[in-house]
Amino acid sequence: MIRSEILQDIAPILRDQLVVCNIGIPSQELHAIDDQPTNFYMLGTMGLASSIGLGLALAQPKPVIVIDGDGSILTNMGTLPTIANNVANNYILMIIDNGSYGSTGDQPTYTGKKTSLAKVAEACGCERVIECRDVDTGRVLQEALDSGEMTVMVVKCDSGNAKMPVITMDPVIIRDRFMKAVSS
Amino acid sequence: MNIDKKITDDLVANDISFVTTVPCKQLAGVIEEIDGRDEIFHIPSNKEDEGMGLCAGAWMGGKRPAIIMQNTAIGVTINTLATLIQYYRMPLPMLISYRGELREPVACQVEMAVHTKALLAQMNIPTYHFHKQSDVAELDMILKYTFMCNKPVAILTDANFWGGYGDQ
Repeated sequence: MIRSEILQDIAPILRDQLVVCNIGIPSQELHAIDDQPTNFYMLGTMGLASSIGLGLALAQPKPVIVIDGDGSILTNMGTLPTIANNVANNYILMIIDNGSYGSTGDQPTYTGKKTSLAKVAEACGCERVIECRDVDTGRVLQEALDSGEMTVMVVKCDSGNAKMPVITMDPVIIRDRFMKAVSS
Repeated sequence: MNIDKKITDDLVANDISFVTTVPCKQLAGVIEEIDGRDEIFHIPSNKEDEGMGLCAGAWMGGKRPAIIMQNTAIGVTINTLATLIQYYRMPLPMLISYRGELREPVACQVEMAVHTKALLAQMNIPTYHFHKQSDVAELDMILKYTFMCNKPVAILTDANFWGGYGDQ
């Protein structure tokens, strides 16, 4: 499966949750598949989805799902020790690990080679780390929500992107409707 | 006047309850003071752009954030300031240790000091420079201004403000 097929698959689970989605094609795919006010789309700032999601999870009690990528985590590797040492049990970091920089033309990342993000997360001190296959994403995500424990998921999947339109919504509108959904 | 306590009191009085820090020698006292306050959740970051991500999330979650960092971080965070904090119009007070100014003992710090105000000006970031201890009296107003206008605001605090480095 490629990322867009996974997002299609888990859209019913994501629909009622606060979701912080990674820059570029992942946000375009989520926006096209099931746009919700509970989705915060990143339009820029490579690497910070996991940090934005952690700040959100620490500030309020609702569950927060971050849809991140292997390239984005590699860009902001310092996020994993911060996550591990500031436990928010309403926080799920779902790393869609397709071993490539999808938004820029599928150039390979190091996670498709020797580097294991699950092992890095564990070494950083994250306690519930689950690596899974693409077809198991929905089950593992639901179990993570049900567990009430902070979870880092590493979803191994195929490289590739769906053709989706660019998000043209104004960033302040994305942010404002998201904040209203957070506080409702 | 205990300047570390005064700064922390102003943060608390302005309902700032989520503070991320990347340390600097000059900021050690205020970071310690913040860490000891029950009203503030203190979360150290590994890099300043990561810290700004944390602050963006905390603000959307209903808490008022602040970041404490060195001026070298302006070089690290230009993209984050432009495409996250400013683009989504978020408030972010930035208490910045202004290294490389008068009484600075480390020459390399001057290399970023000479770019600091120019970069902040280029970004249209409201910037205040605390040079004397009495300048701290404006902090309360600067914090209110930041959350009024939903912008990143820089407060540069130089070595003279912090009382210098002693005998070096």
